[in-house]
Amino acid sequence: MENDKMVRQANQIAQYFSVYPQARAEEGVHGHIRKFWEPRIRTQLIEYVAAGGNGLHELVHTAVDSLRDEPSSGGESGDPAAQQEIGRRAT
Amino acid sequence: MASLNPVNYGTPRRSSDTQITLEIDGQSVTVPQGTSVMRAAIESGIEVPKLCASDMLEPFGSCRLCLVEIEGRKGYPASCTTEVSEGMQVATQTDKLNQIRRGVVELYLSDHPGESLTPEGHGDDELLELADRLDVTEVRYNKGRNHQLATVDGSNPYFDFDASRCIVCSRCVRACNEVQGTFALTVDGRGFASMISAGTDDDNFLSSECVSCGACIQACPTEALIEKDVVEMGMPERSVTTTCAYCGVGCSFNAELKGDEVVRMVPAKQGKANQGHSCVKGRFAWGYTNHPDRITKPMVRDKITDPWREVSWDEAIAFSVDKINGIREQYGSGALGAITSSRCTNEETFLVQKLARAVFNTNNVDTCARVCHSPTGYGLNSTFGTSAGTQDFVSVEKCDVILVIGANPTDAHPVFGSQMKRRLRQGARLIVCDPRAIDLVRSPHVQADYHLQLRPGTNVALVNSMAHTILSEGLENRVFVEERCDMDEYDGWREFILRDENSPENTEQYTGVPASMVREAARLYATGGNGAIYYGLGVTEHSQGSTMVMGMANIAMATGNIGRPGMGVNPLRGQNNVQGSCDMGSFPHELPGYRHVSDQNVRDIFEKEWGVTIGSEPGLRIPNMIDAATAGTFKGLYVQGEDILQSDPNIKHIAAGLAAMECVIIQDIFLNETASYAHVFLPGSTFLEKDGTFTNAERRINRVRKIQTAPAGYADWEITQLLAQALGYPMNYSHPSEIMDEIARTTPTFKGVSFDKIDALGSVQWPCNDDNPEGTPVMHVDTFVRGKGKFMLTPFVPTEERANRKFPLLLTTGRILSQYNVGAQTRRTANRLWHAEDWLEVHPSDAEMRGIKDGTLVAVASRMGETTLRAKVSERMTPGVVYTTFHFPETAANVVTTEFSDWATECPEYKVTAVEVRPCNTMSEWQRRYIDTREKQQQIESEQSVRDPDSVAAGFDAGDKEWEPAE
Repeated sequence: MENDKMVRQANQIAQYFSVYPQARAEEGVHGHIRKFWEPRIRTQLIEYVAAGGNGLHELVHTAVDSLRDEPSSGGESGDPAAQQEIGRRAT
Repeated sequence: MASLNPVNYGTPRRSSDTQITLEIDGQSVTVPQGTSVMRAAIESGIEVPKLCASDMLEPFGSCRLCLVEIEGRKGYPASCTTEVSEGMQVATQTDKLNQIRRGVVELYLSDHPGESLTPEGHGDDELLELADRLDVTEVRYNKGRNHQLATVDGSNPYFDFDASRCIVCSRCVRACNEVQGTFALTVDGRGFASMISAGTDDDNFLSSECVSCGACIQACPTEALIEKDVVEMGMPERSVTTTCAYCGVGCSFNAELKGDEVVRMVPAKQGKANQGHSCVKGRFAWGYTNHPDRITKPMVRDKITDPWREVSWDEAIAFSVDKINGIREQYGSGALGAITSSRCTNEETFLVQKLARAVFNTNNVDTCARVCHSPTGYGLNSTFGTSAGTQDFVSVEKCDVILVIGANPTDAHPVFGSQMKRRLRQGARLIVCDPRAIDLVRSPHVQADYHLQLRPGTNVALVNSMAHTILSEGLENRVFVEERCDMDEYDGWREFILRDENSPENTEQYTGVPASMVREAARLYATGGNGAIYYGLGVTEHSQGSTMVMGMANIAMATGNIGRPGMGVNPLRGQNNVQGSCDMGSFPHELPGYRHVSDQNVRDIFEKEWGVTIGSEPGLRIPNMIDAATAGTFKGLYVQGEDILQSDPNIKHIAAGLAAMECVIIQDIFLNETASYAHVFLPGSTFLEKDGTFTNAERRINRVRKIQTAPAGYADWEITQLLAQALGYPMNYSHPSEIMDEIARTTPTFKGVSFDKIDALGSVQWPCNDDNPEGTPVMHVDTFVRGKGKFMLTPFVPTEERANRKFPLLLTTGRILSQYNVGAQTRRTANRLWHAEDWLEVHPSDAEMRGIKDGTLVAVASRMGETTLRAKVSERMTPGVVYTTFHFPETAANVVTTEFSDWATECPEYKVTAVEVRPCNTMSEWQRRYIDTREKQQQIESEQSVRDPDSVAAGFDAGDKEWEPAE
């Protein structure tokens, strides 16, 4: 995904939750991204923030702080070896 | 009565707490109060002759054939218009009655051809059948003045009207009025000159207001109105009940066959969604199933610039498996994905997501609901706890106030639209929220109390202002809220809504709707009795689609309009199986039954059932797949019954993403637009060629029954299974019922569902489980699925897509009655006579400023692209807003739509695009390139173009070889 598009989508989520009190807003943005964004896009977001995170809503920055500490739980990592292992189990 | 072996009870069923017992022909009969003598007799197995009576219509009493004798009453009352009374003694068969009836039949026959239009017996002609039964063998009257030389009106592509057979019983007129609600037919003239007339004197059926729903043909007792196919092929011999493959109403039809060939589709009276009614698509537009454009052999190619090569199934599957395995080995499972279709059955959809999760080993699976009702899933799940409409369709009969938001039921869900109009004619009040004056705003005998003609993109501001009115004027149902809802959430919502920013006076600047009108409409919804919300894509296809769904759920809870018949929040689903495809785990974050993939307990169920490990991370959505493809991390896609190149926004980006993939497998019935970018084409099956189930907008699971074999040999579920098996996974179903059994084993809301149960009950609405073994017509009755109802905050965030100096108009898109979505089916039928190309509706003032007249070719340009189509100057639009449909690939409305999408679900914002419109005289450069590219990329080796070259050159080709473009 292009960074501009990712930033806009992340900010849309933040704009929605920003109407809630701070703690719930932070939880909302983090939870939404964690629940619906595929790991590759989350990684892209984390890397974008690491590079400065230009244009991102403050709530997204906070959410990324939490996301950074959470490893993806597997199955969708895009790592060929891991996927082939799962594939072998499937067959 | 155009149907095989119908039981026509003569008058509609009545319900009453009071039962009446009477005696008919010496037999004791008990029926509800209000029942006609005719119906009481027929329900008891006693035949009563009739011609003007139908159980779909209110009694009329004109044919004088259903006369009976009643003890203690003078004369011979008509049994259809006489209600039963306690102790009544009725005789239906006496010498005198038979003498009168024979005389009446003889009079009718004196101005009738005397034989059926079909070679078999009496065909559909009840008069001839009655003459036989009453032993009327001759007509004593000399041929005097008559109508036997009347011209047949054959203008409609699907049926004829032959006035020489008409007995002016008015069944057709009443069907048009009472069942369809169009009021297109009338009895013109008086006495001998009385004739059924469609429209004005200058009209025929085609040019009239007739919408070709078929209700009049269904009603006609004499073959005066008859399907052309029946005249041509003769009477059908048997019927199979199945479910329509068009919109989310999910009408039940009897497919009537002669041999193995379908003669006609007749709406099933026992169908609980449609109650015997139909629209022009389901009733008539099924000819695409036998269209010569059907692809009948699998095809493959190494590059999308190569011509297609027809191969055996074995070769096509082996080719696919090599590609899939190659991609998985090189890039990992995350480079693979699948798209399920709302045009396929539940069982087929379940298998595709199973293929993705259990065989590809990825959660990269998505469905076309991504671009339509995904915000419904998010919004209703957040507030009520589950992603589904709350009511059954029949609930509308109990509505007092109907709030239609961003939906156009008479065009997009016509059979339910007719049910709604019937309730409106009975006196229900109507509020329409739509930028366009849809038919419901003002049509015969229906007029909206309020048309809130808001600017596109301001739904949330409007619903907030309605909520503000409800709370600030103390109109909420506090008892309901305290008993049923989470009060902490309510208190937060209340504080938010009561802010000045949400007052109608403040939001008027965004919506353009006068504050006083908003307040009046909100008062009506809150205090007018049972209030029901019906909504469509005009709600969901916005950057705040999910917020708006929650906003509607909020006002339903605040006013207590949830949990009983006549109320609720009801998404009108676009495609026949949108509900089902979502139920079946088609979203990348959910397993079947809307359970998140991160839930280990849920994964355990499927891992045990499927013998695999399932990923716990959400997969890619369709737009994410396209983005990942252009980024080089997504390489292989299996698409069943979906045409993303035409239906998804920003076509250029979709094309680039598809072109970047190494293997695109398309499974469809036609070489669709997306197939231009495919490497494998697997010819699929239509709804007539498979067994399975569809789930409609009211959560009703209906059976789809196989009537004929797909020309390429396999139903879609069998093709998915072939692919899975070839990839080494043991998928071995022998019938779709076994797939449903697996769904029931793994999905709590489907626990009690089986083909046997559906066959026994006719249909069943989920949740169907131990608590509700026969299903659930109305949800959230005593408690919400999530426990307490949750009010969600709904801040209005204006879309970034704004009209500006360069693009001063806002484009919004929608559907028309005769065409369906991307048009792959309906464009290949005679429905093109009504709508042969997409039009751009422009308000007269916008048109005048730009020198645009009705029929002018215009260029529509946005910051994304430009396309050309014809203008229709129309006061349906508000100034500053233009509208088009998206049924024709050559128009490519989605070349101008943007990448903006719903914040929660990425549902595209189809409903708001800033554009400029100007007259032009040729198709856009993009259209020319597109048609040229498609022509090259859809070429089949050693065959001629699959498209007619003349129409391709004209720029209006739609893959159809029979119909000419409109002048």
